[in-house]
Amino acid sequence: MMPSGESAMAAVLIIPAVATLLLAVISSYQAGSTINVVATALTLCASSLLVVVRPAPSLYLHVDDFNIFLVVLNTFVAFTTSVFSASYIAHELSSRRLTPGYLRFYHAMYQVLMLAMNVALLANNIGLMWVAIELATLTTVLMVGIYRTPAALEAAWKYFILGSVGIALALFGTILIYLAARPTMGQGMESMAWTLLVSHAAAFDPALLNLAFVFLLLGYGTKVGLAPLHAWLPDAHAEGPTPISAVLSGLLLNVALYVLLRFKILLTANAAALAPGALMIGMGLVSLIFAALMLYRRRDIKRMFAYSSIEHMGIITFAFGMGGPLASFAGLFHMTMHSLTKSAIFFAVGHVSQAKGTQKIAEIRGLTESHPVLGWGLVLGVIAIAGMPPFGIFMSEFLIISSTFAREPLLAIPLVLGLLIGIGALVLRMQGLAFGPASQPNTPVEASYVPLFAHLALVFAAGVFLPDALVSWFRTVATMIG
Amino acid sequence: MHGLAFDVAHLLSGSLVLISLMLLYQDRLYSLLNIFAFHAVFLAFAVAWQAFIQRAPHLYVTAAIALAFKGIVIPVALHRMVQRLGIHRQIETVVGIGPTMLFGIGLVALSIMVMLPVTEQADALTQEDLAFALSVVLLGLLMMVTRRNAVSQIVGFMSLENGLILAAAGAKGMPLVVEISIAFSVLIALIVIGIFLFRIRERFDTVDVHVLDRFRGEQP
Repeated sequence: MMPSGESAMAAVLIIPAVATLLLAVISSYQAGSTINVVATALTLCASSLLVVVRPAPSLYLHVDDFNIFLVVLNTFVAFTTSVFSASYIAHELSSRRLTPGYLRFYHAMYQVLMLAMNVALLANNIGLMWVAIELATLTTVLMVGIYRTPAALEAAWKYFILGSVGIALALFGTILIYLAARPTMGQGMESMAWTLLVSHAAAFDPALLNLAFVFLLLGYGTKVGLAPLHAWLPDAHAEGPTPISAVLSGLLLNVALYVLLRFKILLTANAAALAPGALMIGMGLVSLIFAALMLYRRRDIKRMFAYSSIEHMGIITFAFGMGGPLASFAGLFHMTMHSLTKSAIFFAVGHVSQAKGTQKIAEIRGLTESHPVLGWGLVLGVIAIAGMPPFGIFMSEFLIISSTFAREPLLAIPLVLGLLIGIGALVLRMQGLAFGPASQPNTPVEASYVPLFAHLALVFAAGVFLPDALVSWFRTVATMIG
Repeated sequence: MHGLAFDVAHLLSGSLVLISLMLLYQDRLYSLLNIFAFHAVFLAFAVAWQAFIQRAPHLYVTAAIALAFKGIVIPVALHRMVQRLGIHRQIETVVGIGPTMLFGIGLVALSIMVMLPVTEQADALTQEDLAFALSVVLLGLLMMVTRRNAVSQIVGFMSLENGLILAAAGAKGMPLVVEISIAFSVLIALIVIGIFLFRIRERFDTVDVHVLDRFRGEQP
């Protein structure tokens, strides 16, 4: 018997919730990490079911072509990250960076974060969406500060302050959207349901919508890590546990961008409102070029890849800002590829920093010599993220550049420039990290390489051959985003 | 009657802006906390008045939360914390009081100029309420950037959040207002008080955020 869409959707939300309660009471960390893996695996199964059976939209939750793909991606990366995390945290415990009590907290928070992100993706209600993003911010702040070192506390504090300001501005934008909807749709919950808002958006007051979008762009843009609101991102990535860096870069940034895109669709549905594209193109390009330049002067390996995340979020925002079937297609594709590649890189970086006992780039040398599998894994990841063929990111960047050349050749110049600067920095750093004589110390790592190479294999496969089903799916969503 | 309803709402939200401006120039933590308690009490009145004129009983819950939690519990807790940490002396501001006040007045003017034309189609009550709410939000932001002390940054954030609650209460019939105000209270209570200040204290013997800047990972 096929389960109904409603029960599958409920499972996607209930499994993390139950796992949170379970993990909060289980004190053994081995059992904790096993439960964490099992729970994320079950969530992945439930979310895959949603592809086949789709529940009817309610006022609170809904599933459509756009969010289903992100839910599956989200639960998949959450699953692989939990596998990575299991091998990562054992080392953190033995090196006494974390105590069992903190690990219990860490596992429970991991599931809360999954719950928050799934709610944010599935939410049909813009208020619920906001609450979910707030919850996700809250949990990640706690996770970033978990090592309790001065640097970790500073990073968490900065993230907390900037993140709170961001979500506060986003709430103001949400209130303004409700006010814009109220004259046409009346009071009550209907005026906050996204599916209903879109069908009525043409009749909304454009001035209010414009103002709302500015607040939403600044608010959720902070969570996406767009310059000039990115200041929290490098610190939060560098100081938190590496599995959290992987989840932050691979998933949370995507979720925030997804929420922003929902509002972009809303604005596009109103002909009189300002075109959101120009603002997004501007912020995207600034983030891209700024982050690409910042890549050169990084001394901390996690911080460097955090800047690379800003760069890629800039590219994706730029692509969606350009809009149109091709650019939006490329944006979606890039979102998927970046999520897989960047989390793979963080898996590698996590083990590297454990093996070398440092995150300083200058003190890590000759990885391919000392840890061949890990070293080459990192090299492949960097090649993929730099946008070299045959990996998927090359394809998506190629599509973005060619569609930009076709429509706005002038904008393509800063875009290509930013990309080239970024590639230069990454290749430069990678050489030092991976080749040459190996640096000391050389602790052997007991790592599970499966998540790392599974991600890289997927990115490689997508770069070589993209199945027709996936192409037509991306195409449908791209038309929806506009 | 309608005129009176409007005038009282106007008075209450206007006082909120005034108190936000007062927060800007408090240079002692105790008086800052006292003024913030006033801010929360006026918010409670403003929300309760909205509940009364909109006939929306759920807003009374929001008002009660504002009064009990932000008007009493948080200021008292912060008072004690400040006392225990021994940081009740003068607090430093990054920018001088004069320029901050001028900038604050500029922000109020800006928010009125932005909101009033945009919300022309809405009724006068919502229109004024939103303009005031945006002023309170912007003044809260201003306070967060002009202060270094962690306690005053939190006060800035809470006053910003008061502005949001005011806006949400003023948007007639908006659902989830109570849930949102609870979510905010959880955010503040859990993160700020419970964990951060104690951890910061534990590690640095100060809550001056400026000191934290030394621990940036980027220094060679």
